[in-house]
Amino acid sequence: MASVPRSFLLLSIIPTILILCADFACCNTGRKTGDGLDTDFSGFSVPLEHSFEVDDVSRFRMRGALQLRGGRETSVSLSQSQLSEEDRNTLKEVAAVDGLYKIRVPRVSLTDRQTERQMDGYLTAFVRACSLVESHLSDVITLHTDVSGYLIGVSIVTIPGACRGTEVEDEVDLEAFNTTLTIIVPTNAPQPETALFIERMDIEHEKRGKPQEQKSFFAKYWMYIVPLVLFLMMSGAQDQSGGGAANGGGR
Amino acid sequence: MKPPAKMSKPTSLFVIFFSLFVMSEAVFEDQVGKFDWRQQYVGKTLFAHFDSHSQSSKKLFLATDKNIFASFNSRTGELFWRHVDKAGPEGTIDILLLHGQDALMVVGGGRLLRSWDTNMGGLNWEAVLDTGSFQAACFVAMQDTVKHVAVLKKAAISLHYLTNGHQKWVENLPDSDTVQYQAVYSGGEEEVYVLGVVPNSHLTIIAYSLEDGEIIKQRSVEAPWLSSVESSCVVVGHGVLMCVDTATLALYALPIQSLDLEVSPGFQPVLVSSQPHPARSPISEFFLQLGPDHHVLLQLNADGYTIAPLRDFQPAFLVSFSTTGEKTVAAVMTPKNETVKKKKNVACAINLFSADSGRRLLDTTVIFPLDLNGGKPFKLYVHAFLKKDDSVGYRVLVQTQDHALTFIQQPGRVVWTREEALADVVTMEMVDLPLTGTQAELEGEFGKKADGLFPMVLKRLSSQVILLQAWLAHLWKLFYEARKPHGQVKNEVTIETLSRDEFNLQKMMVMVTASGKLFGIDSKSGSILWKHYLENVQPNAVFKLIVQRTTAHFPHPPQCTLLIKDKDTGLASLHVFNPIFGRKSHIAPPALPRPILQSLLLPVIDQDYAKVLLLVDDQYKVTAFPSTKNVLQQLQEMASSIFFYLIRSDQGNLSGFRLRKDLSTERIWEVVLPTEVQKIVAVNGKRPNEHVHSQGRVMGDRSVLYKYLNPNLLAVVTESTDAHPERAFVGVFLVDGVTGRIIHEAVQRKARGPVHFVHSENWVVYEYWNTKSRRNEFSVLELFEGTELYNSTVFSSLDRPHLPQVLQQTYIFPSPITTMEATLTEKGITSRHLLVGLPSGAILSLPKMFLDPRRPEVVTEHSREENLIPYAPEMPIRTEWFINYNQTVARVKGIYTAPSGLESTCLVVAYGLDIYQTRVYPSKQFDVLKDDYDYVLISSVLFALFFATMISKRLAQVKLLNRAWR
Repeated sequence: MASVPRSFLLLSIIPTILILCADFACCNTGRKTGDGLDTDFSGFSVPLEHSFEVDDVSRFRMRGALQLRGGRETSVSLSQSQLSEEDRNTLKEVAAVDGLYKIRVPRVSLTDRQTERQMDGYLTAFVRACSLVESHLSDVITLHTDVSGYLIGVSIVTIPGACRGTEVEDEVDLEAFNTTLTIIVPTNAPQPETALFIERMDIEHEKRGKPQEQKSFFAKYWMYIVPLVLFLMMSGAQDQSGGGAANGGGR
Repeated sequence: MKPPAKMSKPTSLFVIFFSLFVMSEAVFEDQVGKFDWRQQYVGKTLFAHFDSHSQSSKKLFLATDKNIFASFNSRTGELFWRHVDKAGPEGTIDILLLHGQDALMVVGGGRLLRSWDTNMGGLNWEAVLDTGSFQAACFVAMQDTVKHVAVLKKAAISLHYLTNGHQKWVENLPDSDTVQYQAVYSGGEEEVYVLGVVPNSHLTIIAYSLEDGEIIKQRSVEAPWLSSVESSCVVVGHGVLMCVDTATLALYALPIQSLDLEVSPGFQPVLVSSQPHPARSPISEFFLQLGPDHHVLLQLNADGYTIAPLRDFQPAFLVSFSTTGEKTVAAVMTPKNETVKKKKNVACAINLFSADSGRRLLDTTVIFPLDLNGGKPFKLYVHAFLKKDDSVGYRVLVQTQDHALTFIQQPGRVVWTREEALADVVTMEMVDLPLTGTQAELEGEFGKKADGLFPMVLKRLSSQVILLQAWLAHLWKLFYEARKPHGQVKNEVTIETLSRDEFNLQKMMVMVTASGKLFGIDSKSGSILWKHYLENVQPNAVFKLIVQRTTAHFPHPPQCTLLIKDKDTGLASLHVFNPIFGRKSHIAPPALPRPILQSLLLPVIDQDYAKVLLLVDDQYKVTAFPSTKNVLQQLQEMASSIFFYLIRSDQGNLSGFRLRKDLSTERIWEVVLPTEVQKIVAVNGKRPNEHVHSQGRVMGDRSVLYKYLNPNLLAVVTESTDAHPERAFVGVFLVDGVTGRIIHEAVQRKARGPVHFVHSENWVVYEYWNTKSRRNEFSVLELFEGTELYNSTVFSSLDRPHLPQVLQQTYIFPSPITTMEATLTEKGITSRHLLVGLPSGAILSLPKMFLDPRRPEVVTEHSREENLIPYAPEMPIRTEWFINYNQTVARVKGIYTAPSGLESTCLVVAYGLDIYQTRVYPSKQFDVLKDDYDYVLISSVLFALFFATMISKRLAQVKLLNRAWR
């Protein structure tokens, strides 16, 4: 970037899509380090660098700045400049030899702002330069964090992702990035759904099991017992001899 | 065939739902042992004793480094019984002493004292010892009967009754912080002697009274040359302590005497003595080992002061004493003769010598061949007995460096051999057997390039002649064997007769053991067909077995490569061999001067059909093997599409590389998991030989849910560094190995390892310990592309912009597990099962159907249409799912699955302490007719139908004709 004269750059800041992942952040991510969360987070910025060379030796230059905001609602936004004439030509050349377009961000923590500890090293990702050219610089950059808010990985894909060898005629298409930026925090894996299952089993019990169990012997077979008892009583009334047998049967 | 094992009635309400999907998979009673076999091992022998209680006893007792106490039949080498204790230091056997029918054992570094009944193998008693590290133990006799056992700890000595293990007395040792007490001795008197040493200063001898543990005598002897009693002193004769000074080679029998013997440079001399009975003094003869193959038999004279050499043995590998009745003999193993050594055919001879005179006993020579592919002899155990004519006979157990035990009887007959290295199998592969000679001949004919019409005709004719010859030989064999009684015809499997069967169910199991010994085992019978011992393998070596060329490329022999890597230095070496015959290949492997980080097998083949192995060293330079010009050219062409990944779990770093044309590499992606939060415990890709038949799943509404089948996907499992049960977690990352893109990132809260997982097709199954509920749980992740495929023809990691849908469900599993693997079949049509090794030794075949994240909580019309089992939080374990019925595999460590030629059948090998091989049929044998298939009925029905058609046709014709006439 340093080689490009600043005056030529139209420092038009491209507002990029800001994606909040509030639904992910509901978990107790960093609850441990949450003491400092209530303090105002103005966010901080880290450089996003890119490299594309014909000889495939990485020479990273500034592409833009990532505005990171940690805390309860992790969010990220990107401000980046346009590609210069020289960069556009290089990119096209790299695409022609099927070279790679690489990006990198430094390893930072989104939550641990106080310490401001910059870990050494970068997170790198790549995409084929030809697919970047053919998609007219529309790329999707995803930042991944771990449970405690450290950035662990970055990925870049272009939409569409294929290299079909179509020529990009219009120079304007290669001037500005059309970037979609996402930050992904780990999802919580489900626990066994015991509560719901037991609830469902109970409902089914009530539906089927209970009435059957509650029915007593008499309730079930009264239609047989009553005539039998009646019959025995009748027969017992007729001759007074079979009292014991009638009692036994009527039990 | 007997009726199938009846299913147990489901009692739990949880199980009622599953009973709708009853699958009977148990083994029929008459199938037991038909398709499966088990071999039981014990490990490397530490202590071995012959049962000398009775003359005709066949028992042999072993204690091993795998914490096993076992008894063998010395005639057959079969296991009578085996006690498997806890693995690890808790179950270590410190010492095994045998007296009469009692076997005394100190376990767990002096934690427990156990007495076993040697007859039945039952536990007589067990006593908990006081804390303190174990030093030594010995039997203590009083008036010619052995009643006690003395156990010496670092700071105390205790005496226990032999009958019940109760402690008679325990005494603290004086000055135990300065004196290292190392030996305990009793010679049948009323005293127990404890020997301690202050290194390079003096020797302490304390005599304890047997009755009450009082110190009777205490003596200190100046011994500035002595550093350890254990390694350089023995008791000889009537209570004379014999020590060897390693520096000057003087023998100290308390009065110092220097002997005129020459010790090999750099060798620590060793003394060997023998105490035949604990109630009597040791014999006054002893061996002094002066070099690796130099021993001297010495005698302490009756005056107790002078030592006389009896006989010099050089060369002699091993020596051992044995006593029968009143006679004590010395067995000496010598190489047969010097010149044979060069001819690579080493034989060994064992001779008996009378201990008191040093004379060789007549007719006691045993000559046995030493296996070239085994290790050197390591230890000799001799069992001498008196024959009827009062001469001494003997049997020998030879332990070699490769942990094998060989039992030899007079005159030179190897009765049995046990390959105990197989108790610690590290990795294995199954290789197809070669075609028979005739089949191969035909294959070869078509395989070769055509070179003219006439030679081709000749070749054809010659192969026809060979076929005819083979057929005639077969006929002759049939005719010849028909005359023999049926029982004598044996179908012995030898390396020569090995050939592929019709359905490729018989394969060669190539097993790599931790000791560095390789085995080739026939999967059908379990017999060892070849073995090869790799010497100089470090004990901490890591092995990786790679099949570079299968049997399919006749006439090129199959080729396996074993990568042996030192865990500490990372330096690696390659062993290239033929997996069918075990022979080392003549192909020279490349020299690897730098530590190897990663090895990968490319689908690229050279002109000899061997797959190319790439080895990445610590400077990220790539070495190819084989590295012919053809291969290098292919690599250059393909370089830009060869990606690989490296994982450094100590730094939490995953990085991806791309190959350059000059075989250097460039780093293209990097993912870092901070080690302060979590550490990578395991990374698993998919198996390269896995086939997926169906690209999607048909749902209830007839739409298709396509699977996300990324062959480059890696499952990375992490565990949190915070071990607190509330904050511990297990992380599961799915990372694309080419682009480094994190496809999915899930965290299982309140969970802890050990995590076992299987990654296959479009799913990952993992098992962990739930710290909150204190139970084991299974979780399944499935990845789907959705109802539309992005690119249905080819999968490329570089061109899949959309992330897959991830479904996940978790279940309770009622048992801990030790290992897990998925079944594998030829074409992937058969449904999958998970094979789960349980600590009980059972192997559970769990249908994948139960681990399906689409199992609905509420049953709907669609889910019923799809045959989804309703969700239940508990995973059942049904006993008929145990594929190894009662053949438990002790300490199962790994399960290997291989496809067979039959789509329905998957070959399974479970290994740990034991090896168990079987076949499983996850979707039952849909492509095989049953054993009891009624051929007669079917064919008679067919014939009847055929004739009925013929007759009715004829009748119809006649009728038609008649009608036409009318």
